[in-house]
Amino acid sequence: MIRKPLRPLARILLAREKGENPDHIERENIRLRAEDTRARAQNRAEGRLLLLGLAFFAAFMVVGARMGLLAASEPMEPRSAASGANISALRADITDRNGRILATNFSTHALYAHPKQMVDPARVARELAELFPDMKADDLERRFTDGRSFLWLRKKLSPEQMQAVHDIGDPGLLFGPRDMRLYPNGKLAAHILGGSSFGAEGVNSAEVIGTAGLERAMDARLRDPAQASTPLALSIDLTVQSAMHEILEGGMAMMNAKGAAGVLLDVHSGEIIAMVSLPDFDPNDRPNPLVKGEPADSPLFNRALQGVYELGSTAKILTAAQAMELGLVNPETMVDANAPMRWGKHKIGEFEGKNYGPLLSVTDVIVKSSNVGTAHLALKIGGERQQAFFKSMGLFDPVPIELTEAPGSAPLIPKRWADIVTITTSYGHGMSVSPMHLAVAYAAIANDGIMLPPTLLKRDKLPQGKRVLSQQSADAAVSMLRQVVTRGTASFGEVEGYEVAGKTGTADKVKKGGGYDKGKNINTFASMFPASDPQYVLVVTLDEASENSGPKPRRTAGWTSVPVAAEVIRRTAPLLGLRPQIETLPATGVSAPKP
Amino acid sequence: MRPFMFILSAMVLMSLAFWAYRENYATQQALKDVSRLNSEIASLREALSQQRAEWAYLNRPSRLRDLVALNFDNLNLLPLEPEQFGHVEQVVYPLPPISIPEFGAVVDTIGTVDGEEDPL
Repeated sequence: MIRKPLRPLARILLAREKGENPDHIERENIRLRAEDTRARAQNRAEGRLLLLGLAFFAAFMVVGARMGLLAASEPMEPRSAASGANISALRADITDRNGRILATNFSTHALYAHPKQMVDPARVARELAELFPDMKADDLERRFTDGRSFLWLRKKLSPEQMQAVHDIGDPGLLFGPRDMRLYPNGKLAAHILGGSSFGAEGVNSAEVIGTAGLERAMDARLRDPAQASTPLALSIDLTVQSAMHEILEGGMAMMNAKGAAGVLLDVHSGEIIAMVSLPDFDPNDRPNPLVKGEPADSPLFNRALQGVYELGSTAKILTAAQAMELGLVNPETMVDANAPMRWGKHKIGEFEGKNYGPLLSVTDVIVKSSNVGTAHLALKIGGERQQAFFKSMGLFDPVPIELTEAPGSAPLIPKRWADIVTITTSYGHGMSVSPMHLAVAYAAIANDGIMLPPTLLKRDKLPQGKRVLSQQSADAAVSMLRQVVTRGTASFGEVEGYEVAGKTGTADKVKKGGGYDKGKNINTFASMFPASDPQYVLVVTLDEASENSGPKPRRTAGWTSVPVAAEVIRRTAPLLGLRPQIETLPATGVSAPKP
Repeated sequence: MRPFMFILSAMVLMSLAFWAYRENYATQQALKDVSRLNSEIASLREALSQQRAEWAYLNRPSRLRDLVALNFDNLNLLPLEPEQFGHVEQVVYPLPPISIPEFGAVVDTIGTVDGEEDPL
């Protein structure tokens, strides 16, 4: 670069000639040089700013263009990613303990209409009404022509129905894919599974939500996309459930009962192996709840869980077990059983006004089912200790199982616990619990006195139990229950090889306005088997049963529930893998020839 | 030397362009294959779940019970009952084979009782 000199000789000389100060020229030049430098620096800075501005502009343009592109384009699945198992399964299956399907999903179609695209609404309405008997032709035609542009016609179609609708051939009839819930076993586990229906509905899909039972209680688990491909395994054994259902249905008809309930519980794990309530319903086509009348008359009513009734003498063993636990008595102790017993203005008698007294051993109180003997035991125990024991047995709270209806099983407990309440509850009156409560309490006795929370889900590891009875008292109670079957009120309960132990209970139903209805009773048989090492607890309840083979109807549990329960045990115990304890003949020469 | 380098780089560029072109189409083909396979997997899964449902429906206990009753003549199936359990001692040992005299040796027929002629 050529630098301009600060003191150019020509101008200096000229200035000297004119007598001017040549320093002015130098200062002038210095100033010019400084201005020049500043101008260049400014130019460069401006250029850089422009460049930076352009760079920012370009960057923001790129971001904006990308956003615009994303907003304007159709969304698309990433094509290269591997598809998981969750594509088909929207809601997890439910299986029994051996993996047999109880509830699964099935693809079907829903039918909807775009009336504005219809060619001949009158003909469509007529032909649809022919296909579906519940549709009215004139009603449909009115709805097709009143100016609406969309309407749902059917939530589910079978393939045959879909083909028939196709054959109508109108462009205004359209199908939307649907995943519906299917219960392949029909009525079999109806009260456990509950039912399901569609939640939010769209043309292309609809969400399936549980409406009752396990489907509703476990809705979050079943809909969890992360667990959709792992079926929910229940503790139910489908084969046992089926056998019990069949026998209870037969027993209900034979004993002229209005309803029946059965609960089979594994005492060592607290798992419910089978739970049946009759009459039942088909969860594929769940009926609507009753609007008026008794809820218990609806098939939706789960007698095993929601049916809280006074369970009668089945409660006596709890009183006896507690008395032994507290060391007040032992099985041979003689107690006062002189009937009728007077307590204030109340009179406590025995069945059919009998008198088993004056003294009975505790074992015989249970075997003969003596109200008076039990009442004296309860008075020895006292109200407070009795309440604490019932509470520890879970009889004061709803059963904590995985059903929406479980909170509805809240027992009916007297508000004031007077002495007369102590007496009546000791033999199962004045307090109402469900058959499920009874099964859980009996399971605690059968499980050497350790109480386990019941469950409908398959258990992989055992929960921590709570000891409510010593092993000694529990064993003594089981032995008393065994004698009820061998020489007491439940003699029809004997099943050869399975050592059934149990207690009958007959209670009159409570009338609406108060008091008892003599002609209507609840017959219960709570049992466990085999008595030498109890594995299972079975509770069978028949509602308003009567056995009419004799000259007058017999309404006691010993004649009604017990034979039914015995048949249940005879059929289900082999299915559960229990070998009968049968004395076999020693091998003879005929059956075992020498080789 | 310089023109040679020029031509060489041009050729490298062209071959790279050709390779990129082919890769592009190969990738698109692979993506198409993947989406086709995905939809095939989805439809197979759906078919599988449908068939499981159908299998469960066909094996529902009430239907099996009816079938057992219907085919009792052929199958003689009965519900499992306690009497069907047994002990190992109750099972018989295999019987020793019974020696049956062999037939097949030539038998001479001398005559018949009622004097009829031997048909052979």
